Amino acid sequence: MRTKMSVLLGWIAVLQVDSAFAAGNVVNPLDYPGPAWSPYVVGAGIGFLSWLTFSLSDKPIGASTFYAQVSGFIGRLLAKRHTESLAYFKENPPHFGWEFVFVLSTIVGGAVAALTGGEFANEWIPPMWEARFVDSITLRATVGICGGILMAFGARLAGGCTSGHGISGTMQLNVASWISVACFFIGGIAVAMMLYSF
Amino acid sequence: MKQSSETAEPPVAGTPKLPAGAVFGLTFGFLLQKGGVGKFHVLIGQLMLQDWTVAKIMLTAIVVGMVGVFTLHHFGKVNLHIKATRVGSNIIGGLLFGAGFALLGYCPGTAATALGQGNWDALFGMAGLVVGSWIFAELSASLKTSLEKWGDLGMVLLPDLFNIRRGVFVVVFALLLTVGLFALEWAFPI
Repeated sequence: MRTKMSVLLGWIAVLQVDSAFAAGNVVNPLDYPGPAWSPYVVGAGIGFLSWLTFSLSDKPIGASTFYAQVSGFIGRLLAKRHTESLAYFKENPPHFGWEFVFVLSTIVGGAVAALTGGEFANEWIPPMWEARFVDSITLRATVGICGGILMAFGARLAGGCTSGHGISGTMQLNVASWISVACFFIGGIAVAMMLYSF
Repeated sequence: MKQSSETAEPPVAGTPKLPAGAVFGLTFGFLLQKGGVGKFHVLIGQLMLQDWTVAKIMLTAIVVGMVGVFTLHHFGKVNLHIKATRVGSNIIGGLLFGAGFALLGYCPGTAATALGQGNWDALFGMAGLVVGSWIFAELSASLKTSLEKWGDLGMVLLPDLFNIRRGVFVVVFALLLTVGLFALEWAFPI
């Protein structure tokens, strides 16, 4: 009963934040600049990249492990004994490995593509967010951090993210991945509709 | 002809070398940015069911990747990396992930791309991702004995579920997904 109440209260809080900050502006995501390349070219490229990561590195493409490793590094720095006693880090000791280098290089790849294509944004708040909500970096930071926390917890529980499950797991026909991806989109669509569609 | 190596561990696959990881990561980030999925409005646009770029990229990657990886696996050139199916944690974790994705507007891989692209708000999300990973680690021991036990099916693939031979399933599924992509393009050309 108590948990039901708190869920309800949380829900009301979310709705209030939503209505308090939504300036009532209707936003259309298609009003903003779209992709530079065809999604089919990019998709095929990522599929082909998977052949290479599997055959040359014996690794599927994935991103979320990186963040767990960073948290493990910080944890070891601040509280070594405690960090090493946690079940997750016992099974997955943080190390500077392939996944770590992969995600760091993803940042660089994004920069190279944006700079060469004249798409470097250099902005703290996405234009569509600004059009929908107030122009406040505090609000953007708060919502962004909360989103990140939920996402990492969800990814670790589900066993992967949009890359590890959504691309690499689904292409291996992994049942876990197809269930997880369906739920990524169910959860994502529900919350995005609440925040942006009305 | 050698039997398909569904159970045997092929020793031929490469090892995870860091320079290769760097080149692959660079390519991944480059492709994601060119595909527009480092952009907040493209990702949120998909969740609003207005912009179908994300679905098109993912489904194409799945078709191309699946055909290649299973072919390579058949000839013993690669290992599969199967994750255990735990229905409870896949569903709950998936829903939480989706909710967080909608709040931030980037996912873990596209947040890295967005940061490279100069969308500095991705840093907030990345900080949250580190914190969230830590919270999971704190709870990992108790989750293992509770939620993660619910619906534990082990390492299971879709063809096993439908009791169809892997090769047949891959061909049929690739065709189905391709038809799906054509339908998607027809319905949502943008």
